Amino acid sequence: MNATPTASELREIALTEQEYHRAIEILGRTPNRLELGMLGAMWSEHCSYKTSKPLLRQLPSEGSSVVLGPGENAGVVDLGDDLLCCFKIESHNHPSAIEPVQGAATGVGGILRDVFAMGARPVALLDAIRFGEPTDPLQRHRFARVVEGIGFYGNCIGVPTVGGETYFDQAYAGNCLVNAMCVGIARRDQLVRAVAAGAGNPVLLVGADTGRDGIHGATFASVQLDDSAEERRPAVQVGNPFLEKCLLEACLELCGHEALIGLQDCGAAGLTSSCAEMAHRGRVGIEIDVAKVSRREQGMTPYEVMLSESQERMVLVVAKGREAEVQSVFDRWQLRSDVIGSVIASPELRILDSGVEVGSLPLEVLVDGFLERYPVACPPEFVNEASREEPLLLNPPWSLEESWLRLLMSPNCANSNWTYRQYDHQVGDDTVVGPGGDAAVLRFKGRPDGIAMTVDGAHRSTVLYPRLGTQLAVAEAIRNLAVVGAEPLAITNCLNFGDPDQPEVMWQLTEAVGGLAEAAQALAIPVVSGNVSLYNDYRGTGIPPTPVIGMVGRVKCPGAAPGVGFRKVGEQVVVLGSAEAVLTGSEYQRLAQGRVAGPPPKLELVAEAAAAKAVCELVGRGLLSSAHDLALGGLAVTLAECCVAGGLGASVELAYSSPSDPPPGWAHGALFGETAGSYLVSLPAESLPTLNDLCVRHGVGWRRIGEVGGALIEVSGLATISLEQAMVANRDALSTMMARS
Amino acid sequence: MTDALHALGYSEVLGTRVGKYIRLELSAADESAVAKRVDEMCRRLLCNGVIEDYSFEIVPRAI
Amino acid sequence: MSFRFGIAVFPGTWSDRDCAHAVGRAGGEAVFLWHAEKDLKGADCVILPGGFAHGDYLRAGAIARFAPLMEAVTDHARSGGLVLGICNGFQILCEAGLLPGALLRNRDLQFRCQDTTLLVEPADSPFLAGIPVGSRLNVPISHGQGRYFADPMMLANLEEGKQVALRYCSPAGELGDAHNPNGSLSHIAGIVNRGGNVLGMMPHPERACEPLLGSEDGLRLFSSVTTGLVAAGR
Repeated sequence: MNATPTASELREIALTEQEYHRAIEILGRTPNRLELGMLGAMWSEHCSYKTSKPLLRQLPSEGSSVVLGPGENAGVVDLGDDLLCCFKIESHNHPSAIEPVQGAATGVGGILRDVFAMGARPVALLDAIRFGEPTDPLQRHRFARVVEGIGFYGNCIGVPTVGGETYFDQAYAGNCLVNAMCVGIARRDQLVRAVAAGAGNPVLLVGADTGRDGIHGATFASVQLDDSAEERRPAVQVGNPFLEKCLLEACLELCGHEALIGLQDCGAAGLTSSCAEMAHRGRVGIEIDVAKVSRREQGMTPYEVMLSESQERMVLVVAKGREAEVQSVFDRWQLRSDVIGSVIASPELRILDSGVEVGSLPLEVLVDGFLERYPVACPPEFVNEASREEPLLLNPPWSLEESWLRLLMSPNCANSNWTYRQYDHQVGDDTVVGPGGDAAVLRFKGRPDGIAMTVDGAHRSTVLYPRLGTQLAVAEAIRNLAVVGAEPLAITNCLNFGDPDQPEVMWQLTEAVGGLAEAAQALAIPVVSGNVSLYNDYRGTGIPPTPVIGMVGRVKCPGAAPGVGFRKVGEQVVVLGSAEAVLTGSEYQRLAQGRVAGPPPKLELVAEAAAAKAVCELVGRGLLSSAHDLALGGLAVTLAECCVAGGLGASVELAYSSPSDPPPGWAHGALFGETAGSYLVSLPAESLPTLNDLCVRHGVGWRRIGEVGGALIEVSGLATISLEQAMVANRDALSTMMARS
Repeated sequence: MTDALHALGYSEVLGTRVGKYIRLELSAADESAVAKRVDEMCRRLLCNGVIEDYSFEIVPRAI
Repeated sequence: MSFRFGIAVFPGTWSDRDCAHAVGRAGGEAVFLWHAEKDLKGADCVILPGGFAHGDYLRAGAIARFAPLMEAVTDHARSGGLVLGICNGFQILCEAGLLPGALLRNRDLQFRCQDTTLLVEPADSPFLAGIPVGSRLNVPISHGQGRYFADPMMLANLEEGKQVALRYCSPAGELGDAHNPNGSLSHIAGIVNRGGNVLGMMPHPERACEPLLGSEDGLRLFSSVTTGLVAAGR
């Protein structure tokens, strides 16, 4: 049936008319329906990265510690002494907006498979999630269900969820964001490649039966959401973490086994992409007989079998004659495994149905035949105006104290215990610092060192300053690692954007990737893996550009992380770093004025790196009693967090640096202004000279601002709240908010 | 659950109980023998007597 | 000769390796016991660890209790052998009838992973030998279905027979709903059988086996039996 497809049929498989005609042209014939479906999936944005690839090429992905850069299931870096770290972040935004529990759950399932497909045992999960304002019950519902989904999958499979980031803003009301990151560890000899080789070698499909779930999930992720999205519910996959646990154990048992040639998980575009990518990498072809695929539902067509995104399935290429050895491992774990085809010499993906050929495409066309896109990029008009705007502080809506408390209890600054107590963060017996701190720290049994990890999304001012906003997210990740004594090793990134066919969105994407490349280059931190999620639009309105940075670092001494809370009465409170705090682009501005305007804090990458090195050394040498990076809400919120965590008050002074009177609004700026490259630490008075010497050596500024002690949190002359008030405001805010559901 | 229904405006709901519905397909000739076997299955595996009770219905199926 | 712990592994179990780690720190030897085999490999004490055995299909522990391994574990328990069920392991012991009662969904209907303080009760058991009655242990929980339930008669028997081993309490040792993370009846966190040789508990002692991880209190449950046996001159 080779009739020209209608516009709506093309839309369903997300091929443009231009792409359809290109397919005909390079194939030299008209593809049949099965072939069209496969092309649509493989040429979709989600699989091909046709719009982002030209930009992503500028990201530095090499370095002495990089074992494998972007291109396979996950990035791999060297931890020394035969140990490798394999990690990646991925989005599952569109499905989570439709079915938040399963959308989030299968997002976690997918990223876990990407990691253990490399032969690495997953040891940690982190999640960056965003929703609209929680005053809206629908947003609270989505948040609660996404947290439920993440917990459901992670807890059942037994991988600890050790960190994450949650952010609420009206801009995400139509499109929530769910980015899941997984970190895994492997011995060097266990690393497996996702490659097919050796004509005649059998191809196996193992794990769950194939059903109709998720068909066109890849294409679903590549188009905007609208009100018909509800009907697309079948495109949201359903997860089974128990099955995946068995799959994980079986696959890890096989890694390093001589009979295993290649391993790939079945993710977006299912069997089609797994087989096509493995074969293409190996410069061979694969032939599949769909009749051999074990199904969960009756009457599935070859089209449905090849495009199904049923979860918890892996594709293996095994040495001919040794199938039984491999299958016996799956049998022991009560998993189904079937030989569904074989490697062939001719570089094509050939589909049979009970021996009869029903479709075939050259891999060059299927995997590489798409055209890269270069949509027009143009900064929006409002950028030029809004960038110049200065917030007026002549009529602040609240007193300094009230502003402080409002920030502490706002959902974006509130303590996130409500969320992470629903996640098992200890399974594995390796979690030294779990959720609630700046970064998570895991130790390696039998080794003195450990690994730290964090995930940080760019803030709202990225909509006006995408380049700087992205770099600020990288800087925040570095700071979060520094306070636990970790040196950055590598980056994984998830780029969440709107519709790239809108010139300002393409401009945002171009600027963001440019900013990331510049920062990664300057700081010598390679970007080894990542994901791009475009078309996060609802009814024509897109999300603000939201690059999310996942970063992993090496920790010389996992037990050295001092924690965020103040420890002892009389210890000195010190600010490290000397960047200027600004209210533009801050959380205070967002709360008080309901908008984000003006430039975010300035960033100097060299100063940022120096400050991080200084803090890392201070932590490593055990000189600090507490360390926290200055973040959302500014100094006042950070100070209060340190007090609440330690159960101790503090008294500090912020002096205006000039003899004349401070300008109006100065106090707000000093208390709630946000900054880059700054930390709030505490230490015994007698250690101050050592701190000074160390900071001088690193070229980092510092100033003592006060002392720990008392039942108050006092910024003398400006504002004072009680420790009790801060605790109540900050600790119970999320629970109270969610109890309204 | 009752609270959730009330929140949606169904104030007439006085109470709710949540249970499980399990469908077993059996091959057997004699209905009374089936009843005895299904009862055993319930007591041994399908139902935890400490926290659950059970009832079942046998529906013959034409071949 | 070192005290040997046999750690059961069902499909879906995941704290088997954590238990092995804790056992090592307590000076014991760990071997793994596959669910489909009846071989206890000479274990002095069997551990049924945490996880989601068989995916918690039907009910937590409902399918695992029929595993071939459980026949051997039941024999071992009935002849006085030591068995420690942790979290999912406790659920399996209840389903298998080796301990009375059942575990229901947490009162707040949410999964809870957090530190808890446990009050050591006067139960007579080798697992508690060496831990004075009234001691407070800092041990974390991590479960969605940890609310202990038994009917009034069963509960009365338990209390009378001094079979309650551990209760959730405040850091100062007070009992109360505010200190009970999941709504367990009588704040019960762990119980033993009549003979005291089978202990089931929802909290995870294997996660509180090292100062670096936050607490070493859980180790005492393992060392009670390793040192106890050595003292008995085996």
